[in-house]
Amino acid sequence: MTEAQEELIRDLEAKAKTIRKNIISMLAEAGSGHPGGSLSSVEIVTALYFSVLRLKPEEPLWQDRDRFVLSKGHAAPLLYAALAERGFFPVDELLTLRKLGSRLQGHPAWGMLPGVEASTGSLGQGLSIGLGMALAGRLDQRDYRVYVLLGDGESQEGQVWEAAMAAAHYRAGNLTAILDYNGLQIDGPIEEVMSPLPLPDKWRAFGWEVREVDGHNFRDLLTAFDWAQKVNDKPSMIIAHTIKGKGVSFMEGMVDWHGKAPDKKMAGQALEEIGAES
Amino acid sequence: MERKISTRDAYGKVLVELGRRYPELVVLDADLSKSTKTSEFAKHYPERFFEMGIAEQNMMGTAAGLALSGKIPCASTFAVFATGRAYDQIRNAIAYPGLNVKIIASHAGITVGEDGASHQSIEDISLMRTLPNMTVIVPADAVETAQAVTAAVEMRGPCYIRLGRPAVPVILGDDYHFQLGRAAVLREGKDAVVFAAGIMVHKALKAASVLEAEGLEVAVVNVSTIKPLDHGTIVKWAKKTRAVVTAEEHSIYGGLGSAVAEVLGEEYPVPVIRVGVKDRFGESGSPDELLTAFQLNTDSLVNAIKKALGRKK
Ligand SMILES: Cc1ncc(C[n+]2csc(CCOP(=O)(O)OP(=O)(O)O)c2C)c(N)n1
Ligand SMILES: [Mg+2]
Repeated sequence: MTEAQEELIRDLEAKAKTIRKNIISMLAEAGSGHPGGSLSSVEIVTALYFSVLRLKPEEPLWQDRDRFVLSKGHAAPLLYAALAERGFFPVDELLTLRKLGSRLQGHPAWGMLPGVEASTGSLGQGLSIGLGMALAGRLDQRDYRVYVLLGDGESQEGQVWEAAMAAAHYRAGNLTAILDYNGLQIDGPIEEVMSPLPLPDKWRAFGWEVREVDGHNFRDLLTAFDWAQKVNDKPSMIIAHTIKGKGVSFMEGMVDWHGKAPDKKMAGQALEEIGAES
Repeated sequence: MERKISTRDAYGKVLVELGRRYPELVVLDADLSKSTKTSEFAKHYPERFFEMGIAEQNMMGTAAGLALSGKIPCASTFAVFATGRAYDQIRNAIAYPGLNVKIIASHAGITVGEDGASHQSIEDISLMRTLPNMTVIVPADAVETAQAVTAAVEMRGPCYIRLGRPAVPVILGDDYHFQLGRAAVLREGKDAVVFAAGIMVHKALKAASVLEAEGLEVAVVNVSTIKPLDHGTIVKWAKKTRAVVTAEEHSIYGGLGSAVAEVLGEEYPVPVIRVGVKDRFGESGSPDELLTAFQLNTDSLVNAIKKALGRKK
């Protein structure tokens, strides 16, 4: 690994820490929201916004930008924290999350906040939207890529598989999906609720190129994104093994922290843990 | 102090009781059992509870198959996903053959709150009301929910019941008797009538009290069965009063307001003021803030009633 790469990874780790802290502060201030699935995807989204995606924050609708669709829309705090950190809007605005009149809606709302690429929140719909963007890019002979982040519970929705089939059918090589494989949804572990396993085999059978990575390891993630950019004749899927609630000891692996906000005291403890983590 | 219970909590409780009485009762949920409160039934009757995962369309189709095989399925999730995501399954696999499936959905309306528009169903009554064979019930409180769910399980055919997320005042006494297809006159009055459903019934009663102090007598009718609609009671009270207002936590298009206007338009044409969500999506905010912002609070109702009275002699 070169010096430059090591520095990039150190930077990404620092960004991830800031984003985690902002997620906790936002949720504590809002008094509701989804910490578990926001925290499990921090490294994935940080790698995308600070290394992978070709963007111009000052020109959010730049036609050649790469697109990112947060299909698991309940992880909105993570998306907002990354967009603010990347300069799409002021970081101060993060604390308006979920409040009346805020541009930071409980689930991403297109057209309200710069950088939000699609309205999501009803699970299972983002991959279809991403496919549409990918097909349009090809028609227009633009070389942008489209990235879609899915939940593992979300992949129980039939539409995900309709989109998977269509993306392979149209050989959407400019489409990459990332699956946050944290093993949990709301009613329990995915295997107990409604098993979507084995995930890699299913995606392969649907005609996708598939890779599995440690979703909290930037080296792994960057290597996988490099690989995905080279898969041009098929859509690519990165299955990211993650821990729900990652970074906050009392949230890690806890199904109960899917959809409730920490109170001020718990948030303080969480912020301390994230700050201390090296 | 007002006693407050959410209608979804009342549902969770009565479902356990009904499970004991009806061995053919089965319950399905789509990864929201803790929110819809079907988790209570799941604890008591795990073998008759089917967790279907985040796959609402499949849940409705499976419910149809269970009904075709003699079961009484209750399928639950948030109202927006129950009626929107699985609409065609409900239409073609459940309503068309008139199957005995109960779609009992929670988190309807804008009082979902902070989750925002994607989760706030403001069109579910409209979607369900337009389907032939479908019965549509919007209970006003916990007491009515328990009775309505029981009635739904005891009738034959498809039924949609709309429940909410927040704890809401219990306004009906234990002597209240829910009758499927009958609107209940909760308060009499000769000046104006408010036809209300769901959480708006409580607000209509409050508005009537406010106006009483101003010397106006406002009748409040709880139209909990939106389909089949109680034409008789609606026409009777439109005739008895000088002004008609409807109130619902739903779009003014296609819901109770539309249903009342349709009946009065054909049977006793009078102006109707519809209080509801005015052709816009919801947004994030606390339930109370939203009710104010969307003009669905007591004050807005008071104003609407006054406006209705000013319009007609
Ligand atoms: C269509 C639809 N059904 C149900 C929900 C409610 N819901 C929100 S998050 C969630 C669980 C998601 O689990 P997963 O995809 O594994 O997300 P993660 O673990 O990454 O948070 C559910 C059922 C929804 N938002 N959309
Ligand atoms: Mg998950």
